[in-house]
This record gives sequence, structure tokens and C-alpha cells, in this order.
Amino acid sequence: MANRFDKTKEVKVDYTRFVVPFGPVHPALKEPISLKVTIRKEEILNVDIRLGHVHRGIEALAENRNLVQTLYLVERICGICSHSHTTCFIQALEEIGEIIPSERALYLRTLIFELERMHSHLFLLGIMAYEVGFDTLFMFAWHVRETVLDLFEEITGNRIHHSMNAIGGVRWDLPPNLAEKVNDSLKKIEKSVKYIQEVFQDKTVEKRLCGVGVLSFNEAHELCVVGPTARGSGVNMDIRRDRPYAAYDELKENFSVVLRDSADAYARTEVRTFELLESINLIRTILDKLPNGPISKEESILKLMKKIPEGETVSTVEAPRGELLYFVKTNGKEGLWRLKVRTPTIPNVLGLKPMLIGSEIADIPVTVASIDPCMACANRITVVDQDKGEKKVVNCENLRRRGKKQ
Amino acid sequence: MDVAKRSRIKSPWLFHLNTGSCAGCDIEVVAALTPRYDVERLGCVLVGSPRHADVLLVTGPVTRQMLPRVIRVYEQIPEPKTVVAIGSCATSGSPFIGSQMIEGPPDKIIPVDVYVGGCPPRPEAIVKGIVTAAKSKFG
Repeated sequence: MANRFDKTKEVKVDYTRFVVPFGPVHPALKEPISLKVTIRKEEILNVDIRLGHVHRGIEALAENRNLVQTLYLVERICGICSHSHTTCFIQALEEIGEIIPSERALYLRTLIFELERMHSHLFLLGIMAYEVGFDTLFMFAWHVRETVLDLFEEITGNRIHHSMNAIGGVRWDLPPNLAEKVNDSLKKIEKSVKYIQEVFQDKTVEKRLCGVGVLSFNEAHELCVVGPTARGSGVNMDIRRDRPYAAYDELKENFSVVLRDSADAYARTEVRTFELLESINLIRTILDKLPNGPISKEESILKLMKKIPEGETVSTVEAPRGELLYFVKTNGKEGLWRLKVRTPTIPNVLGLKPMLIGSEIADIPVTVASIDPCMACANRITVVDQDKGEKKVVNCENLRRRGKKQ
Repeated sequence: MDVAKRSRIKSPWLFHLNTGSCAGCDIEVVAALTPRYDVERLGCVLVGSPRHADVLLVTGPVTRQMLPRVIRVYEQIPEPKTVVAIGSCATSGSPFIGSQMIEGPPDKIIPVDVYVGGCPPRPEAIVKGIVTAAKSKFG
């Protein structure tokens, strides 16, 4: 075996290769992520992904706070899937404390969950259209999204961070007149979603997205990619069906898992457009089936918090971007020993490397957008994926230093 | 009034910098640019480079990794410039205050002119913040 540190070995410098730093502050990215892309002419040879620009130390902070404070902290992990985070955390607490929320509370949780999925998917479809260069559709998708946000505001009082969950139930009820309003808005949204779907089947969009950022079934399986990214590559997985939580157990027959085999950016976009329609159907069913009863426990949240004993559990939900996993270990004194969050973007962002290698520079924004990365979620830990053979990595800092020397 | 001064009030160009926020404020900034709130009718455009911008919109509590980038982006914006801090994190650092990874809030690092509170603030509030900043600094 050749010695890696053998100094006599001649190193050939290939001047046709360039390393292009992409990010963390880049107009095509709404959130900071840093990619170091090695290129030869237009072809991408290698990609290094660096995260950690949004690392806020939330897991460490959670260990110093009590359970209710942590509930509001985990909500602020991500602004787009905030309800997924709180639901996952609350489920874990309820499992440890053996608190069973009422049926109505579970249905309301599911309702907000599906509304959030719609808001997140519309958000992505807009961004996707923007990256393709179709600004009109971007504006249109975001206009539709405002209708969903209006519903959030009517039901929970907030547009982004809903604060809907509480230990043992939810905080806001859905009066019948509001349910009617949701139904009316759904009609409008469905019409617009069908229109967006039609536009995405346009030849121009198809040509831009088909065959871009291909992640084969095997690679997707090996990298444990989750959510719409996995379903776009033909991996049949959905936590809503595989490991039902909240009211999904009773709603199993009312939605189907959308699968595509072509494994490119177009497939991932298509999965999301069809999931939007599934969500609309699901919300209609929830409104029909909504059982009567209380929405929360009679005891106050503080009393319930004191009752939660020492214990540990794992809880999963299907966030808009894929499987979200929480490991919670309580200390029995209103606090936490350990909180571990594994968000869907962590496995998905690793899928970027096989997607980008072999494609062109111009495909980077489309490919990055197609996995719908949520950097705010991913950056509680640092992932450094470095190819050891690649020693000529030049980042912004190094470039600046070199510039000063010359 | 000279032309440069007038055009700066008529069309302040924005640069949006995420310094570690949860994306809540970021999507509200973008929502302010889309049809419902449409800050573009006031002549505001989101630009891709800080060298073209007049107004810097800062979201997030400034994480350790983003600290040198915040300073660099601020230095790249040509004078006269103004900074709007958007969201509770950018105004006071809450709820991440006490974390070892947080170097902010941003006003510790760069001069902030207008604070827009809320978690996240509504797009109307962001529009008001931009207008206030542009009026007080360029007016």
C-alpha cells in the first residue's frame, strides 16, 4: 500500500481544474450554504458541501431550559416547518408522560400539519419557477401561498410560527364558521394548484428540469434520502403511512403516496405538485370527520409538565421535506437531559453530491432548489464532506489572502 | 435636490442577509416583495450583490460562522447606507440568547438604524421599516 504521506511522490497540478466557491452569501440562495465546486470547463468534477453557517446551538440551549420553554425554542429551529418540530417534540413528551390527547386535538394537529405541507410545497414550487427563470409563476405561487397563510392566521393567530401545540392537546379550536371558510379557500387553492400543475407540464419547464440532478434509486437508498426527494427517486417511503402518528392512522385510506421513477429535478417537482392535491383532499376529509370534544386537558400545562417523569423516547413525523426524528430524554425535573434532532435536510443535502457531479455549473441552483434544502433546520451540527484526494480547495478566505500576497 | 439623492429615496435597493435566522423572517421578506404586499411598487428591488445595494436587511442573531461575512457584506455596501434589523432575533437575540454560538445581536457588530420587532414581523411592518430607514437616512 502506498504511503499517503510519501513526500517523494510527484504531485501533478492540473491547471484545467478550477475550484469555484458558491455561497454562503449568494443571490440564488435564500439561506447560507457553502458549496465548493471543482470544475473542468463547464463540467462539475467534485462537490464539497459545508454547512454550519446557521448553527445556533439549539440542542445545547434546550438542556438549560424547561420543557415548555424548549417547546417554543424547537419551534424556532425552522420557520417553514415549525409545526412539524413542535408536533414531534410534543409527541415524545406525551409518550414519556403517558398523556393521551383527545381525538379532536389530534385531528386539529393533522389539519395544521397538512396546511403547512401545502404552504411549504407552494413555497418550493415558487422558488423552483424562480430558478428556472419563470418569475411570473414565482409571483403566482407565492400569491396562492398567501391564501394558506391567511387560513393559518385565522385559525392560530400567527402566519409563520403557529404555536398551536401544547402538552396534551392544542391551543386553538376550529369553530364551524371557520371550517366553512377553510373549505371555501380550498376551492380557490385547488383551482390555482391545477393551473400551476399545467404550467409545470409546459415544454420549456420540462426541458430545463428533465435529466437535471439525477439521483438513482440505489444512491437514494444508500444515502437514506427522505421525503419528496426519495419519492422522486422511486423510494417508497412516507412516515404518515409507515409509522402513523396524530390522526393519520384513521386517515390511511384518504391519501396515497406519490411516487416517480425518473429521479431528476422534474420528478421531485412533480411529486410536490401532486402531493398538494393529496393534502387538499386530506384537509377536506379532516373537516368532514372532525370529532367533537375538548381540545386540551383540564389541567394547566405547567401541572402537566411537572408530571412528566424521567424517560427517553424517539418520535418521528413526516415534515414537508421528509422524515423528521427527535430523540428526547427528560430528567423528571421539568427539564431535559438530552435533545437530538435529525432533520430531513441532513440526508437530502448529502444527495447533492451525486446529483451535481457530471452536470454543468448552470444546473447548480436548480438542483439545490429541487431538494428543497432548509438550512435553518440542518445547521445544528456541522457536516464536512471532503474528498481526501482533493487538496487544492480554495475558499473565499484563502482567495483573499492569496490576492493580498500578489 | 440632486439626482442621486432623489433616486435613493425613490428606489432604495435592498440586500437581504441571513445571519442564522430560522427562515421565518426570510420568507416574510420575500413575501413583502410578492404580489400581496409588493414593496416593488415603492421602487425597492432585491439585488444580488451588496455593492449595488442601499439598504441592508439583516435577519437572524449572527452566528459565529456568519460573523466575518456580516462585516464583509456591510463594508461592501457603498455609502450612504442604512441597516434594517428584522425580527426579534436581529433586534435582541431572543430566544437564542445565552447560546455559545451566537455573537449577536447584529447591533453589536454593525450600526443598525431601524429595528423591526416580531417573530416574525408581518410584511407590512417590514415595508414600514424600509420606508422609515430610507426616509431618515437618505431624506
